[in-house]
Amino acid sequence: MHDSPATTMEHEAHNPALLHHFADAQQQKNAASLGMWLFLVTEIMFFGGMFCAYLVYRLAHFNAFAAGSQQLSIWMGALNTAVLIISSVTVVLAVKAAEAGKRKVLVGYLVVTVLLGMTFLVIKGFEYREKFEKHHVPGSTFKFTNTFDDNGKQIPVNPKEAELFFSLYFAMTGMHALHMIIGCGLFSVLAVFAWKGHYTPGYFTPIENAGLYWHLVDIIWIYLFPLLYLISRHS
Amino acid sequence: MARTVIPANQAPAPSPKLNYLNNGHSLKSWLLTTDHKRIAILYLISVTVFFFLGGFFAMLIRLELLTPQGDLMQADTYNKVFTMHGMIMVFFFLIPVVPAVLGNFLVPIMIGAKDLAFPRINLLSWYLYIIGGLLISHVMLTGGVDTGWTFYSPFSTEYTNTKIVEAGIAVFIAGFSSIFTGLNFIVTIHRMRAPGLTWDRLPLFIWANYATSLIMILGTPVVAITIVLVAVERLFHLGIFDPRLGGDPLLFQHLFWFYSHPAVYIMVLPSMGVVSELIACFARKRIFGYKFVAMSSVALAVFGFLVWAHHMFVAGISLYAAMIFSFLSFSVGVPSAVKVFNWTSTLYKGSISYATPMLYAFGFIGLFTMGGLTGLMLATLGIDVHVTDTYFVVAHFHYIMVGGVLMGYLGGLHFWWPKITGRMYPEAWAKLSALLVYVGFNLTFFPQFILGYVGMPRRYWQYPPEFQALNVLSTAGASILAAGYLLPMIYFVWSLRYGAIADANPWAAAGLEWKTTSPPPTFNFDETPVVTWEAYNYDEIPHKERRVPVAR
Repeated sequence: MHDSPATTMEHEAHNPALLHHFADAQQQKNAASLGMWLFLVTEIMFFGGMFCAYLVYRLAHFNAFAAGSQQLSIWMGALNTAVLIISSVTVVLAVKAAEAGKRKVLVGYLVVTVLLGMTFLVIKGFEYREKFEKHHVPGSTFKFTNTFDDNGKQIPVNPKEAELFFSLYFAMTGMHALHMIIGCGLFSVLAVFAWKGHYTPGYFTPIENAGLYWHLVDIIWIYLFPLLYLISRHS
Repeated sequence: MARTVIPANQAPAPSPKLNYLNNGHSLKSWLLTTDHKRIAILYLISVTVFFFLGGFFAMLIRLELLTPQGDLMQADTYNKVFTMHGMIMVFFFLIPVVPAVLGNFLVPIMIGAKDLAFPRINLLSWYLYIIGGLLISHVMLTGGVDTGWTFYSPFSTEYTNTKIVEAGIAVFIAGFSSIFTGLNFIVTIHRMRAPGLTWDRLPLFIWANYATSLIMILGTPVVAITIVLVAVERLFHLGIFDPRLGGDPLLFQHLFWFYSHPAVYIMVLPSMGVVSELIACFARKRIFGYKFVAMSSVALAVFGFLVWAHHMFVAGISLYAAMIFSFLSFSVGVPSAVKVFNWTSTLYKGSISYATPMLYAFGFIGLFTMGGLTGLMLATLGIDVHVTDTYFVVAHFHYIMVGGVLMGYLGGLHFWWPKITGRMYPEAWAKLSALLVYVGFNLTFFPQFILGYVGMPRRYWQYPPEFQALNVLSTAGASILAAGYLLPMIYFVWSLRYGAIADANPWAAAGLEWKTTSPPPTFNFDETPVVTWEAYNYDEIPHKERRVPVAR
């Protein structure tokens, strides 16, 4: 602090959110935004490893993957897709509210977003329970006697290969759910800060950036849903 | 070292100016600092600790290989020793060393910024590194790992009983430290440059760190998810790489090397950036072909991502794929050669002085060229099949990763030591250490090329007696190398108290970092500089201004 020029001090007096090492608020906002986009790039690479594994194994064992896919609950998956899309809308509305400086509306949308995220997780929990009941969880208790129903033609599949499908199912949806849990925590903290009035029309970068994160997690689900649930349901 | 701060009364006349070192002396002011320069010092201390830890395991390996039979240890212990050597050196020393120490210190100063864009994330990076480091130390003390640093499945997922999951978590956490450093650098270089500092005026060290950061953020997440998949395979019996379920262990190797080959460029690119700075300064010339050198860093980052399967030529990939990857691996030689030729061209008609940093830069060029040319041999399918998993490969990658990276790191550390600490190192001792490192390194690793070529496989604790002579040479070289690495450790600490006081620009070097005081103030510059010149404008700096440091 000793060496900061007087002008910086004045800036700080004007805008408490401006950190000392930035020249102005615009530079700070641009830096935070670029940082968030780069973080999303790392997330895409992170999930990319699993998508790559999925692609390789689906090409190698299509029938088993299709048979496994037919055992997933399509209505719960679709419901969850709808829940997440609605939550993305509420995130956009939250950003709008922050931009307009409407504190209570902002808090409201943040809370609704968290609730929708939790709804998703609860539905996901019911889905996981169903997998346990049907012995579709990989490991020593795994059983798979179903066949791949290809337009009425019953094609037998190797249960081991179906186990590989469910391994990927749990790894991918599990990692996605972990990101949802982190997102819910993040938005809860933002809701508290928003309630305390930390965000102004001049400074709401955290809301915007958390929104970007939420949208990315949504988009990942929007890819997971057809890849896992709809493999053979396009006829 | 961190708290050995020079008492103000020892410095001659002008000095009691406030700088980043004397601005707060408490432990808290170091452990909770967000000053990139202090975080660089924290990294300097911690990577040094891990370097000597990894070096300790290297010495155990060399001692065991002194004789043909297993007398110091048997297979199981030996497997754990080379695994710990690899994991510690790769993930906890080579990957962070230049970006996290020199990069952390210099990137903001070189671009005229007050700090990195995200100072708190920078501190978080260091803590993640430390947590990962403590975890790997815990693994080391409670049983170790025996897969080699590569975690190959299915051995890692199905068979070994060692601490794979814990080691995996340690690497995962250290990986995020690296991701955050890369992210911080990219945002800083994009958004925080001083007025007038356009992209084509950036120092080449900045370009090199920018390219490195791209690899860090694009590659590291992939190895992170790969390690997570290995861990869930062990913990929850999900079988992603399990051949019994139709899974493919080769997929593990693809995903692992997708990061771990580019990781070599994470290690060597920043050192190349250092060498560009050193050559320009000590030849008193603008670097030859600035744009080509800058773009070759970016090209290495891009090409580095396209060659990973050359680690798998004998693993069962198709011949067609192998030929493509062989060709692409050759193409990496182009940007690497651009750098080497441009450095040597810079020397032409330069006024060369043989200060220690320049000796290290020469050492880098020599060792990197050896490592690079043998890399081309390994990219050739026929030769690779012959020498896969032999000491030829070991020698090759040590020439790049140890020879190259450490030459660059030590050269840079000597060059910027006066800036970092405000003190000069003793020149005569430093020259001796540069010589010891160069001689010791070649004596250690050159015999390994021959050993590998005549068929000695890597990762065995014993070998046929006819290999002994060359192994003895190698172990002897390792002792010289160890002395070469210990010496700077001693005289650097010594110089903190007894070294000559350095002025702001002891080398009469170009570059913004030399325009502020040594050591710099907390916010780097008293006034944000405005840049109106190209990088390396040595034509405008009179030659006679160069001063050679004097030992005291």
